[in-house]
Amino acid sequence: MRDALGSVQSVLVLGGNSEIAIAIVDRLVASRCKKVVLGVRSPASATTTLNRLRSAGVDADTIVFDALDHASHAQVIDAAAERIGDLDMVILAFGVLGEQSEFNASPVAAAEAARVNFVGAVSSGLAAAAKLRTQGHGTILAITSVAGVRARADNFVYGSTKAGMDAFAQGLGDSLIGSGARCVVVRPGFVHTRMTEGMKPAPFATTPDKIADAVINGLQKNKEIIWAPPIMSILFTVLRHLPRPIWRKISAG
Amino acid sequence: MPSTPPEPAASRAVPSSTELFGWGRTAPSGADVRRPTSPIELQRALPTSFQRGLIARGLGRSYGDAAQNAGGTVIETTDVAAFTIHESDPTSDTVLVTADAGASIDRLLHALVPQGLFVPVTPGTRYVTVGGAIAADIHGKNHHLKGSWCNHVESLHLQLADGSVVEVGPDLDSELFWATAGGMGLTGVILDATFRCPRIGSSQLVVDTDRAADLDAVCQLMRDGDHLYDYSVAWIDLMATGNNMGRSVLTRGRFASADEAAPKIGADPYVYKANELVSAPPFMPAGLLNNLSIRAFNELWFRKAPVERRDEIQSIPTFFHPLDMVRGWNRTYGPAGFLQWQFVIPFDATSTLTTIVDEISQSGCTSFLAVLKSFGEGNSGPLSFPAGGWTLALDIPTGIQGLGPLLDRLDDLVVGVGGRIYLAKDSRVRPELIPEMYPRLDEWREVRERVDPNRRIMSDLARRLGL
Repeated sequence: MRDALGSVQSVLVLGGNSEIAIAIVDRLVASRCKKVVLGVRSPASATTTLNRLRSAGVDADTIVFDALDHASHAQVIDAAAERIGDLDMVILAFGVLGEQSEFNASPVAAAEAARVNFVGAVSSGLAAAAKLRTQGHGTILAITSVAGVRARADNFVYGSTKAGMDAFAQGLGDSLIGSGARCVVVRPGFVHTRMTEGMKPAPFATTPDKIADAVINGLQKNKEIIWAPPIMSILFTVLRHLPRPIWRKISAG
Repeated sequence: MPSTPPEPAASRAVPSSTELFGWGRTAPSGADVRRPTSPIELQRALPTSFQRGLIARGLGRSYGDAAQNAGGTVIETTDVAAFTIHESDPTSDTVLVTADAGASIDRLLHALVPQGLFVPVTPGTRYVTVGGAIAADIHGKNHHLKGSWCNHVESLHLQLADGSVVEVGPDLDSELFWATAGGMGLTGVILDATFRCPRIGSSQLVVDTDRAADLDAVCQLMRDGDHLYDYSVAWIDLMATGNNMGRSVLTRGRFASADEAAPKIGADPYVYKANELVSAPPFMPAGLLNNLSIRAFNELWFRKAPVERRDEIQSIPTFFHPLDMVRGWNRTYGPAGFLQWQFVIPFDATSTLTTIVDEISQSGCTSFLAVLKSFGEGNSGPLSFPAGGWTLALDIPTGIQGLGPLLDRLDDLVVGVGGRIYLAKDSRVRPELIPEMYPRLDEWREVRERVDPNRRIMSDLARRLGL
């Protein structure tokens, strides 16, 4: 169960190799969380995390999760619940960034990215929501991106998939009102991870640990949308309303 | 061709869900809420399928998740609220009252006080039900002399998970009775109870007030003089630091005789008026109650108290239920909600009390006035909270950074000296501490195993703490 300070006792991560998600799980485990299931495409890839969690006394396991296999998502949720009981939190942490120039050359690759980031979030998010409704409690933590707040020329495929996911997660959260379950949106800015390696960092670039701190703080304060770092909230309130010619100049950086 | 009649509506896969909070407005959950309106309906409200169990709920004054049951059934008992004041020998000190579990102390007082009677125990709010009073084994300002609510219960009817109804009491399956006293509703649905109510001389109290400069001073005052008063409690300013650490206002009293009350209220000694004066607005912005505003409030409140005042005549609501004057005051903490932390530690651990008060004051943690009281001995309930020693209760907004680790540290101090926290207030304790805080937990579990082997009676609190 979730407690008054936003701590949970069990968590399922979809996209269990996400550095942001692992940083969040580390903090949950340091508080009250005793059960973790990592949903990953290949369980071998999560061995390090799994061993670390287990040696900390956590009942941790992996489960096969493929964001593209939409038909399997409800079973994945059920199997995780079978394994650890009530799912206090489900983190939607999977996603691909991709290279805009490659997407421009290969519309099929772009569509595939959309099927992972957006369609995968829709099918797994709805499957998780159905489970949490039955439980009468639980939090879906949907990790989107500030890139979805306003698309820019050099990553608009990624940005638009996250925009779709963000809108979906907000709507899902509203649809869950009264059920005891809820959906919290996390909008990170630029984060130094494997995903962004080699890229030129955007202003206020941060780390998975910082993002996780902001998430834990937001959960304690019962926020519905968590900007991470929190300054992103102010920054994008301004950026979102800039005239397009100015936005084009700034975002071209 | 006539159109075919529509198919009958399919039964909903998910039963209708209502979101329920505790008084702290944190961590809500959804449940199928039923509101029986008669004792028969109440008994029939047990569902046929118990996938996620059932819990009874009264007026929802538990701070945390004790009266929630995520995905299961919650029976709200407050529409079944009749009670009877039994005939009695006019020379006896007490009168028996039988009340449905949903009857509130508020309604009881409106009937009892005009007849020269009072409830055996009242907490800081009169908006609690008889069922809740038993389930949490509530205490009040008279605990040092009279113990907690269940010390005054003759018998009660309990509906078990299998649907059967049993009568239990201190002399009638005392094991099950005491497991129900403070058992947080987890032994079954309490249907009604018979308890002893004391006679009073008037509806007024004779109150003495003492302002204490610091924690040592207030503890000394209580140690020396509490036995002279029927009711005693201290309000303590946990935001004061340095030499002022633990400064308090101690109010103690007893019911006035008709003669003592007459100058204030006139000929009818039992006149009783208890109304809510104002409502908190339905929406409160976050951060209204912040470090600065609460510090200012606490300062004012301390300054306005007399250094020493004797024989002041106060009404029941003023003395016992000051917060009840503001309906929905729990909303003033804003959308993140708040929690209450209440513990008891033995008298010989007074130095730990000082350490805890010091830690809270130093933490800069925003806390309204806290309540300090010295408890008498506890009763036989394995999960009953009160035990001989100091009890401190404080409200804290949940948004404060570092609050979780701070309270975890303080829990360790409490457990270290053989103390415990109060389950009716809890919303965040580490589950692994419960067996240490309640060493007779296994005894309680054995009784629960006997009456509910399939865990049909279930609450979010029970799930969270693994009771």
